[in-house]
Amino acid sequence: MKKNWPLWEVFVRSKNGLEHRHFGSLHAADAEMALENARDVYTRRNEGVSIWVVESKNITASNPENNGELFEPAQNKIYRHPTFYDLPDEVKHM
Amino acid sequence: MKQDLYTYILGIADNNLILGQRLGELCGHGPSLETDIACTNISLDLLGQVRSYYQYAAQLNERLTSEDQIAFMRTEREYLNVLLVEQPNTNFAYTIARQFLYDIFHKLFIQNLQNSTDQTLVAIANKAIKEVSYHQRFSSDWIVRLGDGTDESHEKIQTAIDDLWTYTNELFQLTPNDEQMIKAGKGVNTALFKDTYYAQINSILNEATLATPQSKWFQKGGKEGIHTEHMGYILSDLQYMQRTYPNMEW
Repeated sequence: MKKNWPLWEVFVRSKNGLEHRHFGSLHAADAEMALENARDVYTRRNEGVSIWVVESKNITASNPENNGELFEPAQNKIYRHPTFYDLPDEVKHM
Repeated sequence: MKQDLYTYILGIADNNLILGQRLGELCGHGPSLETDIACTNISLDLLGQVRSYYQYAAQLNERLTSEDQIAFMRTEREYLNVLLVEQPNTNFAYTIARQFLYDIFHKLFIQNLQNSTDQTLVAIANKAIKEVSYHQRFSSDWIVRLGDGTDESHEKIQTAIDDLWTYTNELFQLTPNDEQMIKAGKGVNTALFKDTYYAQINSILNEATLATPQSKWFQKGGKEGIHTEHMGYILSDLQYMQRTYPNMEW
């Protein structure tokens, strides 16, 4: 039976005001079952107030083989980080 | 009166204890990791409710004065659970059918228990209602999923419903003690929601493309302590530690 069940990704909001975070994945036959399984597997210790589930096949992911062209060009552009400003002492929490 | 209330509480709580024990048998043996966790979660919900009931009952009894003694130190004839909950996990369809037939009853029962004149029972019911609502949602969804699933799942869940049907009527059997507790305003008059119970069952079975059994021959006995052949095996598992090491504590 389980062989046929598709994989789902589970996102849980731990508290109101926080964003949903990826918690893990699980198998389920349909969306309702994925939600119930997620409730039992990932929120049984009071971890969340809201759950999203999405079938894994619906997620488009970047290919690790393309990491070079996607991410390396950002590595030598330190001017994109706001580290060249002299902050007056009066400005706190920056 | 104390003894009557004690007996009445056991009549509610023993259902949860034995069903919780049955579901606990699936720990590590569920059909999938996810359903395994789901079934044991429900088991823990039920056992949590049992603890509240037994702690209350322990204050009313002279012989058994702790929740553990009530759970572990009774003989088979002293358990007052209905026969439905002691039926085995023959396959996953039986586990779900048993759960479904009990959950629909359990939710209606707890809703009514919230109107009891006994404030401790009301407090237990208020806490339990959310858990019980989830159980019903879980088992009802599974009934529809299996009934409206493949030919094989349809056949298996129909067989399980047909086989367990004979145990449903006992849920509504009222013992003389039950009737006395209803008169006193503490007990739940299950006769008031018997039609609702069968209507709700029928509606979900329809949605699941399953047939509602028409048999009118029903089993009974559990509420008077006369159990099916499964009960002794359940108790030998359940009571093993206390019988082997009397008075042991965790």
